[in-house]
Amino acid sequence: MSDHPSTYEPKTGVEKWLDQRLPIVRLAYDSFVDYPTPRNLNYWWTFGGILSVCLMIQIVTGIILAMHYTAHIDLAFNSVERIMRDVNYGWLIRYVHANGASMFFFAVFVHMFRGLYYGSYKAPREVLWILGCLIFFLMIATAFMGYVLPWGQMSFHGAVVITNLIGSIPVIGGPILTWLQGGFAVDQATLNRFFSLHYLLPFVIAGVVILHIWALHVVGQNNPAGVDIKSKEDTVPFTPYATVKDGLGIIFFLILFSIFVFFMPNALGHADNYIPANPLVTPAHIVPEWYLLPFYAILRAIPDKFGGVIAMFGAIAVLFVLPWLDTSKVRSMRYRPVMRWFFVIFVVVCLGLGWCGAQLPDAPVVPGLPSFTLLDGEFNSYLWLTRALTLYYFAFFLLIMPWVGLKEDPLPVPASISEAILAEHAKKKGA
Amino acid sequence: MSAIMTKGLKALGLAAIAATLALSAPAFAAGGAKHPHAPKEGFSFEGPFGTFDQGQLQRGYKVFREVCSNCHSATLMSFRNLGQKGGPFYDEKYKNPNDNPIVKQIASEFEVPDVDTDTGDAITRPATPSDHFPAKFANTYAAAASNGGAIPPDLSVITKARHGGARYVYSLLTGYVGTPKGLTVNEGQHYNPYMAGDLHSAWKGDPKHVPPGGVLAMAPPLKDDLVTYDDGTKATTHQMAADVAAFLEWAGDPHATLRKKTGVGVLIYLLLFAGVTYAAYRKLWHGKH
Repeated sequence: MSDHPSTYEPKTGVEKWLDQRLPIVRLAYDSFVDYPTPRNLNYWWTFGGILSVCLMIQIVTGIILAMHYTAHIDLAFNSVERIMRDVNYGWLIRYVHANGASMFFFAVFVHMFRGLYYGSYKAPREVLWILGCLIFFLMIATAFMGYVLPWGQMSFHGAVVITNLIGSIPVIGGPILTWLQGGFAVDQATLNRFFSLHYLLPFVIAGVVILHIWALHVVGQNNPAGVDIKSKEDTVPFTPYATVKDGLGIIFFLILFSIFVFFMPNALGHADNYIPANPLVTPAHIVPEWYLLPFYAILRAIPDKFGGVIAMFGAIAVLFVLPWLDTSKVRSMRYRPVMRWFFVIFVVVCLGLGWCGAQLPDAPVVPGLPSFTLLDGEFNSYLWLTRALTLYYFAFFLLIMPWVGLKEDPLPVPASISEAILAEHAKKKGA
Repeated sequence: MSAIMTKGLKALGLAAIAATLALSAPAFAAGGAKHPHAPKEGFSFEGPFGTFDQGQLQRGYKVFREVCSNCHSATLMSFRNLGQKGGPFYDEKYKNPNDNPIVKQIASEFEVPDVDTDTGDAITRPATPSDHFPAKFANTYAAAASNGGAIPPDLSVITKARHGGARYVYSLLTGYVGTPKGLTVNEGQHYNPYMAGDLHSAWKGDPKHVPPGGVLAMAPPLKDDLVTYDDGTKATTHQMAADVAAFLEWAGDPHATLRKKTGVGVLIYLLLFAGVTYAAYRKLWHGKH
């Protein structure tokens, strides 16, 4: 925290010399060694460390892949296969990078749900939260452009579908689309600029991550009790306590990661992306990668194309203003008996949206059940299920959060972190 | 209450992982094709410890060479791949597959395009192990013209490009059945329940029972004793389909065995590391929370 005085003492001559000129060792020491960490952090808090590992893995593997990749519409597909076949351990590097994107999103979703549940977006952490939302948005852009690079069928037709969304913006959509694609269709110019931007954006993400961590260290970490740090009793030094706990979380995460990379490397991808891109053949069913399915579902839920685009971007934009939508004074949903059930439903709704995004909108949700036509679609179809879930998604932020915050009677909040820990010990003994 | 919630959250976390896995499956199920299956005896390369049977890969190559390659190419493969570790013709005596006499022999059976450096004329010459398998047709138009308008797909990564992989190849090759009554199939097309497609418009029968699968231009390519195996294995349709499916699985992912072996080592390392770290964590945090 900002009011935490620096305890770093340079010991060697070199350290003293450097400390007077560029106190970088002091910064690292104060941020990652002696930094006071709430004592009651649970394993949901290890995902911050996990995410920085994910970013580093993606950047390192990505730089190596870029050494062998060719951003040309006639060569890209084969250059990726050449990496898999002929580059030493190229299969490993490429599978780590491809599955790494999925792992990155899995971790970021957990990280965001954790922030949502424990109120990590509330004062004074609004800027911290907004920077996180910005990272998430940049991640989506980066992942989308990265998926285009192998120039398979899903790469190409996914790029066509998503870039064409921009064209639905009235008046200015057309020129922006041409500018974005670098021509009148997704072609060589599009691939080349996507490669350039896919290489650039991770470093932008890294920059925003630094701001994210800076903001975190100014306001201090939130914790499961959601109360501020009051005394030294409430904290432990980051190293070794948080480092070992984060380390354990990272190792378990890497185990999950390895299971995918080594034993089912293509399970999370779409088989069609191993077919070279062919503009003349459209895949039967164009779907994005799993982590974008909830947003894809929201896009398709709206009958109007431009309306769908607004809803899809709105689903992310609403996260940016979240700190001002929640009217409750209590941070942690542990002490919010009503809101936490709305939260559980919200998580289920998000998973449900992901499920719907992978289905054909016309397909029946329960096959064989009698149905009737409601406006523009069968009631028993994924179209209407998606619409119901989309409605809840937005209602959760725009109606439930402001309203429940005002009406709900929160449970008594502990006076301090140490008190919260003692109360939990007492409960464990009683149980 | 909060303990219940914490448990609930943990369950949700696990559910998220499960959902992630489950979600990827329906995304594949584009057509209403029958679910592909493995041969009755199974595939030796399936599962986390599965490896390729070299004899089967050699038989599979023979089927590929004598049957499939009449129409299909596999241009991402080099001849030397056949002799690399784990490949059909790997021989411990020849660590460098370019020296492997069988690989050299196989390569020399193919003519590849080149340029005469004395005259600058376009010529062809016998391939060497470092060459790629040549394309079957000059371009996609030539391929379509020779195959009734359909372009035979390149088979280099066919097992990765189809849901079900080798199971799909096996099921398709052994899955040809007579055209169901009520289904209109154009001349030069063949019905196969494992082919991706949508037969609603071609179906005249009960609309609730549209046959699964689709139509394709490839006539049933295998029949019993079509090839003669060098190892004396009886060349039944089933045997040839299983062998060529195994060969194409290897061709699509030639480092799969090394990948799985590496994975076992990595997991053992990570589990040990997790154990040590957990012990350190317990000791360090004792009395702190």
